[in-house]
Amino acid sequence: MTTGRPSLPALFTRRGVPLWRDVQVLQWAAQIVSAIIVIGFLAFFASNVLRAAQVRGLSLGYDFLDLTAGFDLPEGIEYTPADSFGRAFLVGLVNTAKVAMVGIVLATILGTITALARLSSNWLVSKIASVYIETVRNIPLLVQLFFWYFAIFQQLPSVQDSITWPGPMYLSQRGLYTVAPVTTESFGTWMAFVAAGIVLALALRSMLLRHQMQTGRDTHYGLVALVVLIGMPLAGWFLVGEVPLVTDDPVMGEFNFTGGLRLTPEFAALLTGLVIYTGAFTAEVVRAGIQAVSRGQFDAARAVGLSSSQTLRLVVLPQALRVIIPPLISQYLNLTKNSSLAIAIGYADVFFIGKTIINQAGRAVPVFSMVMAVYLCASLTTSVVMNIYNRRIQLVER
Amino acid sequence: MKRLSLLVVLLSLLTLILSACGGEAQECPECPECPEAGECPECPECPAVAVVAAGGEILAAVKERGKVVCGSRTDLLGFGYLDEDGLNVGFDIDFCRAVATAVLGDPEAVEFVFLTAAERGPALQTGEIDLLSRNVTWTSSRDAQWGNFTVVLFYDGQGMIVRKDSGATTLDDLDGATVCVTTGTTTELNLADNFRGRGLDFSAVTFEDTASVYSAYEDGRCDAATSDKSQLAAIREGLAVPDDHYIMEVTMSKEPLTPAVPQGDDMWFDIVKTVAYTLINAEELGINSGNVDEMMTNDNPAIKRLLGVEGSFGQEDLGLDVDFAANVIRAVGNYGEIYDRYMGPDGDAFELPRGPNKLWTDGGLIYAPPLR
Amino acid sequence: MGSTVETAVRPPSYSGPVEWLRRNLVGTWYDTLLTLLSLWFVFVALRGLFAWAFFSANWEPVTGSLKLFALGQYPQEDMWRPGMIVLTVSFLMGVSWRVWGGTVRTFALALAVALGVVAALPVEMRLPLRLWFVANPALVGLGYLVGWSRVVRSRWVLLGWILSFVATIILLNGFKGVSWLPKVDTAMWGGLLLTFLLALVGIVASFPIGVLLALGRRSSLPVVKVFCVLFIELVRGVPLVTILFMGSIILPLFLPDGVRIDRVLRAMMAMTLFAAAYMAENVRGGLQAIPLGQVEAAKAVGLNGLQTMALIVLPQALRAVIPAIVGQFIALFMDTTLAVIIGLVELLGVGKAILNSKPEWLLLDTEVYVFIAALFWVFTYSMSYASRRLEAALGVGER
Repeated sequence: MTTGRPSLPALFTRRGVPLWRDVQVLQWAAQIVSAIIVIGFLAFFASNVLRAAQVRGLSLGYDFLDLTAGFDLPEGIEYTPADSFGRAFLVGLVNTAKVAMVGIVLATILGTITALARLSSNWLVSKIASVYIETVRNIPLLVQLFFWYFAIFQQLPSVQDSITWPGPMYLSQRGLYTVAPVTTESFGTWMAFVAAGIVLALALRSMLLRHQMQTGRDTHYGLVALVVLIGMPLAGWFLVGEVPLVTDDPVMGEFNFTGGLRLTPEFAALLTGLVIYTGAFTAEVVRAGIQAVSRGQFDAARAVGLSSSQTLRLVVLPQALRVIIPPLISQYLNLTKNSSLAIAIGYADVFFIGKTIINQAGRAVPVFSMVMAVYLCASLTTSVVMNIYNRRIQLVER
Repeated sequence: MKRLSLLVVLLSLLTLILSACGGEAQECPECPECPEAGECPECPECPAVAVVAAGGEILAAVKERGKVVCGSRTDLLGFGYLDEDGLNVGFDIDFCRAVATAVLGDPEAVEFVFLTAAERGPALQTGEIDLLSRNVTWTSSRDAQWGNFTVVLFYDGQGMIVRKDSGATTLDDLDGATVCVTTGTTTELNLADNFRGRGLDFSAVTFEDTASVYSAYEDGRCDAATSDKSQLAAIREGLAVPDDHYIMEVTMSKEPLTPAVPQGDDMWFDIVKTVAYTLINAEELGINSGNVDEMMTNDNPAIKRLLGVEGSFGQEDLGLDVDFAANVIRAVGNYGEIYDRYMGPDGDAFELPRGPNKLWTDGGLIYAPPLR
Repeated sequence: MGSTVETAVRPPSYSGPVEWLRRNLVGTWYDTLLTLLSLWFVFVALRGLFAWAFFSANWEPVTGSLKLFALGQYPQEDMWRPGMIVLTVSFLMGVSWRVWGGTVRTFALALAVALGVVAALPVEMRLPLRLWFVANPALVGLGYLVGWSRVVRSRWVLLGWILSFVATIILLNGFKGVSWLPKVDTAMWGGLLLTFLLALVGIVASFPIGVLLALGRRSSLPVVKVFCVLFIELVRGVPLVTILFMGSIILPLFLPDGVRIDRVLRAMMAMTLFAAAYMAENVRGGLQAIPLGQVEAAKAVGLNGLQTMALIVLPQALRAVIPAIVGQFIALFMDTTLAVIIGLVELLGVGKAILNSKPEWLLLDTEVYVFIAALFWVFTYSMSYASRRLEAALGVGER
């Protein structure tokens, strides 16, 4: 900062203020010191781990991902023990995404219903809702997962005495088996019909809508679009010749059903646990949001002649959502993170498989960094997307 | 926007860390190959760093601490579990106590560290524990990565338990079956190997916790459960109707359960081996916790040597007391006594015939080099 | 005109149980249907629960292992130490009740009544244990009486709590080579003791870190701010299990040779770091709630930045976030169950060990888990009840 050849005291002053009392200098000093401390710590850890890598034969590379895993996984995308560790990790990734996405949707629905029940004028209904909320919120999720898996889903009838529902659906402690759609050669052609149907329906709808706006004559745009949307694939089904989709029924073999679509009890128990747990928290969030909309808003909406569905859609919901969305985001993130407890009940999520790989391949650090990266990406992208949505809603300022 | 830029910063930081790790690691696996290629300048350094001092540090640390840090568990019946008073007992636990008695003269001078399956390797590698006695199968890759495996104390083999009404008696009958198994174990790998090798189809249901495995099997989630035969024997006793279940004759793998020590301390390695051999030799010589004091006056020179009455078998060179063996036997008994305490006819945990774990003199595999 | 309004009859707020029923349960046809369905649901659920709990369940693993559930493997001859700690807490509770009143009263009464009821239970119990149970309510009462004396100030009570926390750790741990207070390895700490300890240490240790992080996040220094934001978002972005796992497996690899950190301590460190990130966000909320006028007023009376923060802003902000911190403690208390995944023998770990201690208990997992769930429910529900009262007392929720 000082220029020229300053005398010694001048070196320690700036604008007549001694350096140790100069706010700007102090701020910079504080930042540099904190940076040195943090970076020093990281460097210390890094050097230790690198040394350990050499001395103790600890491997830090990711090359093991190509090696054969050798263990089987209970569920997920196509995988055999002959596949690589990398593939196994991918299976876990997909499984985590699956349970998180379905869980978020169901928890939202359950939370909303419970919130409405809690606000119900029926004393018993509102009491049941609040007992549910208070019970679930005060028991650790891990304990609840054990309960759902072992005390509920394992007590279903054995696979030999499966409950057969109308249609090819079989429920047992091995899970729910049902038909799976299988594509045939003509599937691609048929998909073209479906796509054309969607495009055509959208185009027709907007055209007719514009027409209606201009002329004021009812063009039944919704109905026409719907007919096209359904009609095109239907026509395609018969036109492509061979049936594009056939069903694969589950067939009882010696031990299990083979074929068909399957929902495992591990997935079901994890999903149930997560949904019921998160649903209780979501319910409180939704309730707070609805209660935040003042009574006067309902009355005012009624007064200007809106119907009750319009009141809800145009007046209450936009205002309630503004309060609901931010805490809801953190509930969704919690659900995603909590799905890592799958390890306790044998659902092969990314943490479970990561831990198995650490055991079998002995690479703690690289596998662990991958698991952390997955959760960080999930959390941060969810919050980014939700924040964008949130900002759009917040724009509706009063 | 703030969030977005934060995300970018985070991700780039992460990539940096990952790439740094990756870059570093690529050098190391190459190193052993270097001498063959004969073109890598850094190669001579690689083996040099891997050499660690000769030994004695662990013994010194143990003596200073006054305790042997033993990696074990609380949740495996027979091997490491809790008795009615909440005390640690079991076959593996007693070996920890034997080592503690040999080194420090006190079977209670053990600091237990309860490890999950995933922690066993790292705990040995970092030297957090002096001894891993936790039902660990000795495999070549574990020997290379984790530490040194001492003496096989329990010859186990992987078995398969099924319900009798399923009619399955061999593995081939289990085509298409669902099998319950503990994750992160050699068992999990052997299961896949065996079925793949026979071209059989199966699906595994895996749990972290052994109790969960058998609970799921009993409930009917699986057609079969696989584990070490010793465990299956224990489990069968615990099932509602033991006679409804059948442990197959097949042995799917070799499971030598072996205590292990950290790499790089030969002296400690020798001490733990010597303690194990002492237990075996004591049984062979007929010395047990009841008669050890009478045996002091026995005329058999081998017994005299073992008990430290006369001569030596090298115990002083390892830094052990001359009469350490007598103390060990007094405290925990000989190999057979330990076995019978938990798995013998009146065992605390369950009954399991000794089978391959008989002494070699009785036709088993338990054999120890002579103490002299 | 006004008087006519006054005399207009308000509908009576209570007009008999029949009226209540009509209004709350069977108002319309769908209300009636809903009520009937709910009644059926409650009946089936309760019947199932009772039939199982009293007839088909085998509670032997629970009743036979109460000591393990309470203290884990803590040595029999050293059980007086945790006993002393609870007695101290009882006494301090009594004093605080008198000095602070309000919500503390609820806590103190709940503690005294609960332990008193256990003391009166007609079950087989060793005499010293029963006396201990009796002593707790007595000490709450004694503390209350001591609290009357004028010497006892709020500040002293606070100091007493802090000292008792330190004393707890020292007493539980003991010293190597001291015959009357031998060292108890942390591997022997377990059960409810460890569960409470993990949560308490986590919340107490995370408090200063969380405050610093919150201040750092609002700081005008870009470097400090980036570090704080990075730490908070990184920790909040991953599940607690992964952080615990990092503490148990990865951290030892990051330390130089020969440096070992105790396993329980590592779990506590992981819990603390995790809690600190959430604590920071709570405190930040409190800081944001302080009106700017407060800072300006402080500046006007000549306080510098540090003084403003320490004397004006922080005290108000922290007071505002007390309920949030209690809530966080409750969440952390439940989260301690995750320590079972890294092999600690806390409540759930004890359950696992007990299931594996006898062949005939191996499959009684439902009983053990239901017991643990009930135990947690009792603790967390009473804590969240008290925290709601605390919130009302502080008037925080009414802004």
